[in-house]
Amino acid sequence: MSTETNTLEQLANREYKWGFVTDIEADTAPRGLTEDTIRFISAKKKEPEWLLEWRLKAYRHWLTMAEPRWPNVRYQKIDYQDIIYYSAPKQKKVLNSLDEVDPELLKTYEKLGISLNEQKMLAGVAVDAVFDSVSVATTFKKKLHEAGVIFCSFSEAVQEHPELVKKYLGSVVPANDNFFAALNSAVFSDGSFCYIPKGVRCPMELSTYFRINSADTGQFERTLIVAEEGAYVSYLEGCTAPMRDTNQLHAAVVELVAVGDRAQIKYSTVQNWYPGDKEGKGGIYNFVTKRGKCAGKNSKISWTQVETGSAITWKYPSVILQGDHSVGEFYSVAVVNNYQQADTGTKMIHIGKNTSSTIVSKGISAGFGQNSYRGLVEIKRGSTRSRNFSQCDSLLLGDKCGAHTFPYIEVKNKTSRVEHEASTSKIGEDQIFYCKQRGLTTEDAVGMIVNGFCKEVFRELPMEFAVEAQKLLGISLEGSVG
Amino acid sequence: MMKQSTEQTPWYQSNFALFEKNLNGESSSRLHAMRMEAMARFTEMGFPTTKHEEWRFTNVSPIARATFQPSFQSDAAGLSSEDVERMSFGATHRLVFVNGHFVKELSSIGPLPGGVIVGDLASALKGNDELAHGSLGKHASIQENAFTALNMAFVQDGAFIYVPQGKVVEEAVSLLFISTGSTHRYIAPRNLIIVGDHARVTIAESYLSLANHGSLTNVVTEITAGENAVIEHDKLQNESPQAYHIASLHVHQKEKSNFISNSIAIGGGLVRNNVTSILDGEYAECTLNGLSVANGMQLIDNHTTIDHAKPNCPSHELYKSVLDGSSRGVFNGKIFVRKDAQKTDAKQTNMTLLLSDEATMDTKPQLEIFADDVKCTHGATVGQLDADQMFYLRSRGIGTTLAADILTFAFASDVVNRVHVDGLRGQLEALVHAKLGKGRER
Repeated sequence: MSTETNTLEQLANREYKWGFVTDIEADTAPRGLTEDTIRFISAKKKEPEWLLEWRLKAYRHWLTMAEPRWPNVRYQKIDYQDIIYYSAPKQKKVLNSLDEVDPELLKTYEKLGISLNEQKMLAGVAVDAVFDSVSVATTFKKKLHEAGVIFCSFSEAVQEHPELVKKYLGSVVPANDNFFAALNSAVFSDGSFCYIPKGVRCPMELSTYFRINSADTGQFERTLIVAEEGAYVSYLEGCTAPMRDTNQLHAAVVELVAVGDRAQIKYSTVQNWYPGDKEGKGGIYNFVTKRGKCAGKNSKISWTQVETGSAITWKYPSVILQGDHSVGEFYSVAVVNNYQQADTGTKMIHIGKNTSSTIVSKGISAGFGQNSYRGLVEIKRGSTRSRNFSQCDSLLLGDKCGAHTFPYIEVKNKTSRVEHEASTSKIGEDQIFYCKQRGLTTEDAVGMIVNGFCKEVFRELPMEFAVEAQKLLGISLEGSVG
Repeated sequence: MMKQSTEQTPWYQSNFALFEKNLNGESSSRLHAMRMEAMARFTEMGFPTTKHEEWRFTNVSPIARATFQPSFQSDAAGLSSEDVERMSFGATHRLVFVNGHFVKELSSIGPLPGGVIVGDLASALKGNDELAHGSLGKHASIQENAFTALNMAFVQDGAFIYVPQGKVVEEAVSLLFISTGSTHRYIAPRNLIIVGDHARVTIAESYLSLANHGSLTNVVTEITAGENAVIEHDKLQNESPQAYHIASLHVHQKEKSNFISNSIAIGGGLVRNNVTSILDGEYAECTLNGLSVANGMQLIDNHTTIDHAKPNCPSHELYKSVLDGSSRGVFNGKIFVRKDAQKTDAKQTNMTLLLSDEATMDTKPQLEIFADDVKCTHGATVGQLDADQMFYLRSRGIGTTLAADILTFAFASDVVNRVHVDGLRGQLEALVHAKLGKGRER
């Protein structure tokens, strides 16, 4: 038992590996939020009039809304007037190649292990690296351009493809959808935009790295992915953030639109933001709205997420299954340790006929962590012969943590079928014994069992991410078994 | 703000005043102090709306809008003992309540072991029974549920059952609640069941109506289970399709006690059953079973809570619904595992059969776990009859309609068969069978 306590202590005392601050002159907006802040952001980004109006409308609506209290998480009240809503690294001139990028920036990426050069040469992954709120470099643009895929930062899309942005922005997550989505709609700084035209299979995995850098800067990312008829895209999102004492708010919005028939979007996330220290001080507030709409027949949207970071996670990647025969998927691993809290899950809204959805959620709680699964499966009256299967399992490591499930199931016709199952347990002593008997240490045994527990989800991740996710899981949990 | 003079005092307030006037000096008693406190609490809370998470799927505004007339007096309503004997499956011990009031002439109590009390609450309270007074409201709090507060505000009568330590009541005790009359009655029985250490009893509550009127039954039952006590509580709700039925069952279990609840809901227009059990002693065991058979415009809502407060307690839960017509079913099953309740083994299953495209099921199984060494599972399914099973029966020459009937009845009987009282089980089988048949003849 004592060795386990030791490893636990070692783990708990380890510094946040990715915690460092890059010193780069930032172009920041004054603290606080007024209509002027929004005008400032909009002007900075040289946005068209309609977008400013859209932002202002969202802001005016936000003023009438109250912060949601229903999630099963506790945190100190956020002072929205004490946040800097815009911060951009200064760019001296337009860059043609990576050589011209601020070397300090490049060093930051290297520390994170996402060297653009390396990515460009080896991985075959196009990276739209978001440093704080502005994209600094985009690679593999040419190759994508040849395929007809548009993949650029959100502000660039506003300038170059305003008709597409105007058509799809807010079509899945309306500006007044919820408190944090409205806030995001008002002040979003940048993000990614992706458009896959008819019949195109995106030649590579698309990915963005988000990183929160300037102190006290809330990040308000906006991602919009549109897939036309028969198009396919796989999109990866991964994050790390430096160590901070004050809580940082992150309220992103991700919209996926599978417009045409047989369009497919696969969205994977590995989230490892700063979770706060072992006393629960600091850490990121991750309040995200993610939603996809399967508008076309036989279209498919798949969410995969591995959530190991953030002090508080509040997100429900959802799918609206509007087209007949459309498919929605949600695969999730959520890990909470120390004082982390997570209230996460999904919504599957079945509207079209013969639609199907799958939910696999794995929650792991350790330390004083509180993990909640909250999900809704709704089958509307006209969504006949629809199908859902949900499975949410929780693993408890330690006696101070908690695991909660709040699944809502609403079925309104007789030809649909919904199955939900959930279990909560700890790692069996006999499982550990079996592994130890074969010469594995307790540590390794636990690592192996936890990885096995999450396998169904990891399997859904693209290769590169699957490896990273397993490592992250190891880092977050090793030794926290008593 | 000034209230408009045309606005009438709500029925519960005007009737409460009337009720107080007729108490004949009892108004200074401690019982009445509890009533007044409950009335104040209810006035403060009001009827719940769908904004309350607990009432999200069940809209009680028809109840809130209506005016009900509490019944203050007992009345045999022309019933004969043969009538009630038939209704209570020929039980040896039978307490009959008409519109919430005990009717001695219709009741009969067989031989009981010494010290066992099977009687009405009104007499127990009037006789200043210390046990009855002390137990009233002990487990059913007026703070959270508005209907519990409303029940307490008009508390008068109900069953009072006390089984002292080590005593065993072999035959089931039937509690028969009959509603009659043509007005919108407010019927609020209150049952107190206290079972001592090592004692055993089976109680069967039945709710029936003799007329088609929109009465509101708002019943609260409190059960205390001593160490090693064994209790089975069966409940049949078969009121008229116009009736509103709200019931709360609160159970408090001590060490090694075993509690079984079987709740069968067939009748009623708007039905809400709350079952809450607190496992407040190690090795206590709790089994909650339920069946709803609904058609037409019925709404049957089952809310259960199992609170694992102590370690080493198993709990089992099976709730099934068969929904036809435009009926709605709701299931909300909460399982709490407190911080120190290690070695908890909780299993919950909720299955729904939808027989019509207009029927709706809302289900919300919920686990809240604060201990680590536990085994908790829940499963929920909503679907139709299994195609393979249908095929099997049809391949043996059974017609589609009959095959569907057989499978539907088998689905429902799974719960009915868990009732241990033979007479009652037979009665339930017949009722379920009749109801399922009626649904098909539409």
